[in-house]
Amino acid sequence: MAEVLVYVDHVDGAVRKPTLELLTLARRVGEPVAVALGNGAGDTAAALAEHGAVKVLTHEAAEYADYLVVPKVDALQAAVAAVSPAAVLVPSSAEGKEIAARLALRLGSGVITDAVDLEAGDEGPVATQSVFAAAFTTKSRVSKGTPVITVKPNSAAVEAAPAAGAVEALSVTFSAAATGTKVTSRTPRESTGRPELTEAAIVVSGGRGVNGAENFAIIEALADSLGAAVGASRAAVDAGWYPHTNQVGQTGKSVSPQLYIASGISGAIQHRAGMQTSKTIVAINKDAEAPIFDLVDYGVVGDLFDVVPQLTEEVKTRKG
Amino acid sequence: MSLRIVVTVKYVPDATGDRHFADDLTVDRDDVDGLLSELDEYAVEQALQISENSDDDVEVTVLTVGPEDAKDALRKALSMGADKAIHVEDDDLHGTDAIGTSLVLAKAVEKAGYDLVVSGMASTDGTMGVVPALLAERLGVPQVTLLSEVSVADGVVKGRRDGDTATEQLEASLPAVVSVTDQSGEARYPSFKGIMAAKKKPVQSWDLSDLDIDEDEVGLDNAYTVVESAAERPARTAGTIVKDEGEGGRQLAEFLAGQKFI
Ligand SMILES: Cc1cc2nc3c(=O)[nH]c(=O)nc-3n(C[C@H](O)[C@H](O)[C@H](O)COP(=O)(O)OP(=O)(O)OC[C@H]3O[C@@H](n4cnc5c(N)ncnc54)[C@H](O)[C@@H]3O)c2cc1C
Ligand SMILES: Cc1cc2nc3c(=O)[nH]c(=O)nc-3n(C[C@H](O)[C@H](O)[C@H](O)COP(=O)(O)OP(=O)(O)OC[C@H]3O[C@@H](n4cnc5c(N)ncnc54)[C@H](O)[C@@H]3O)c2cc1C
Repeated sequence: MAEVLVYVDHVDGAVRKPTLELLTLARRVGEPVAVALGNGAGDTAAALAEHGAVKVLTHEAAEYADYLVVPKVDALQAAVAAVSPAAVLVPSSAEGKEIAARLALRLGSGVITDAVDLEAGDEGPVATQSVFAAAFTTKSRVSKGTPVITVKPNSAAVEAAPAAGAVEALSVTFSAAATGTKVTSRTPRESTGRPELTEAAIVVSGGRGVNGAENFAIIEALADSLGAAVGASRAAVDAGWYPHTNQVGQTGKSVSPQLYIASGISGAIQHRAGMQTSKTIVAINKDAEAPIFDLVDYGVVGDLFDVVPQLTEEVKTRKG
Repeated sequence: MSLRIVVTVKYVPDATGDRHFADDLTVDRDDVDGLLSELDEYAVEQALQISENSDDDVEVTVLTVGPEDAKDALRKALSMGADKAIHVEDDDLHGTDAIGTSLVLAKAVEKAGYDLVVSGMASTDGTMGVVPALLAERLGVPQVTLLSEVSVADGVVKGRRDGDTATEQLEASLPAVVSVTDQSGEARYPSFKGIMAAKKKPVQSWDLSDLDIDEDEVGLDNAYTVVESAAERPARTAGTIVKDEGEGGRQLAEFLAGQKFI
């Protein structure tokens, strides 16, 4: 069976969930060979093997942290040369998309970004994309070269599928371009203890209706009662009430959780672009005409300052 | 010293309009108004600010690859304050994908001459967020992308990139390709004076032969990707909507419990 390269997104050896999802999709197309780079690359092997990686190619070098994007492209290119895969799959982060695009160009291949599903087809993998703010679903494939496809978080279930996961050192020679953009400092984001926004099963978001940074405590309390991540609309972020890293939408994160709860959010097209594929959508808004209500499975027309705390209390009571 | 900045701007269908696909599965541009991609306004703004903050002699050129109407996007950028514009237009470009678009942009940027390319973080239609990285790869210059802050001094571009897990400070020597996010600072509105001045600013038109690009390198038939189908997402079945009369939170909890979320 053909091999499929899966680029591993990890933090110091801890594999992030979207990569484990990719291994599930990769198995539909071939045998997953994972590529883990940078500090802690070798430590990823156990998790990757448990989820189906037949092989884990690793390479550690300071360049991956000290320079932007290109060293990782060099390494993936070396992996493609070593393996001749049927496809290369990369998680759809901002960086993942840039890596994928540059790799495709070097390989003389096409690139598809933000796939939400992947199947084997007669002429190679077929990717499903959700486009125009999720108003259309397209199916596409790469028609030249080795398909390079980036896949959005939550596009597949994480499945255990134990495989050998044999670790092999990848040999990488960095290109002249690798050291072009220096990372002069890096400030890691402080963990809030809440689930990662793009990976969370439940997301609770607040918008302009929350009306102040201090009031976001109401949204956080609901999120915590449900074990959810906190999101925000751009209006709330622009007002300085919540960090930009929590913004949901076209220029923020796109999320696709089991449950999305929007409070005080009108549902502008750019916000919808980032949450419309959520499985169940709930909204609380005092304006019955707000466009968000066109999307909901359940909506409450009311003041969020009444509804949200009552909901939080009820969730706590029911969970005991 | 002089600094030549080229800003890449895309002409896109209005996101608030009824966007859909044509029979050949490319974007139907006839039924919906086009405009300068809003995220490229941020790129124009940063280019103008770099120009205003520089002691050098700075020239800001805006560049688009797109159909006849794409001139509107150039006019908007010129009225914001860019100095001149380049429009790459050719019937053979219809249906070009990201790899092909980056080829055309790279050739045009090289022909125009540049020290710095400034792009948006993503278009509002394709939303791939890959063209700036592709341009850097093609041009063989550093990519300094997704910046929420950018500055240029002494032949060095510096910026701040807010990533998923960390905030990074980046640095590269010119020439380079930069892309900026919508966190980089509100774009200015064109003034009346700006709009009038834009009418007199030069707009050059180039076609594929001006750029030494073969027609079989671009266009729908030569794309590296094929769209096999496009289907409108089925309308959601109407949800339950209740008015809060004191029990809204509890009613919602009941719904969530029924769906096994609690
Ligand atoms: C290029 C571009 C990119 C963008 N990207 C994004 C993006 O990534 N994410 C994003 O969110 N937006 C984005 N936007 C902005 C988007 O167009 C909207 O402006 C934004 O989503 C509005 O946020 P909002 O719904 O919180 O605010 P509003 O539209 O002001 O809505 C506030 C809502 O709260 C309700 N409300 C007020 N008080 C209460 C109360 N006490 N109880 C209950 N309800 C209440 C109101 O009825 C109203 O419906 C983008 C825009 C552009 C042009
Ligand atoms: C819904 C949809 C899905 C698509 N999916 C794919 C896909 O999976 N693979 C693929 O290869 N192509 C795809 N395309 C085609 C792709 O959008 C175009 O090739 C496009 O010109 C480049 O990609 P982008 O607009 O997404 O650019 P992005 O990378 O999102 O744009 C970033 C920046 O690049 C610059 N830029 C981009 N295009 C131009 C231009 N024509 N003129 C000037 N500056 C420009 C702008 O500064 C812009 O802000 C898709 C198009 C649509 C409408």
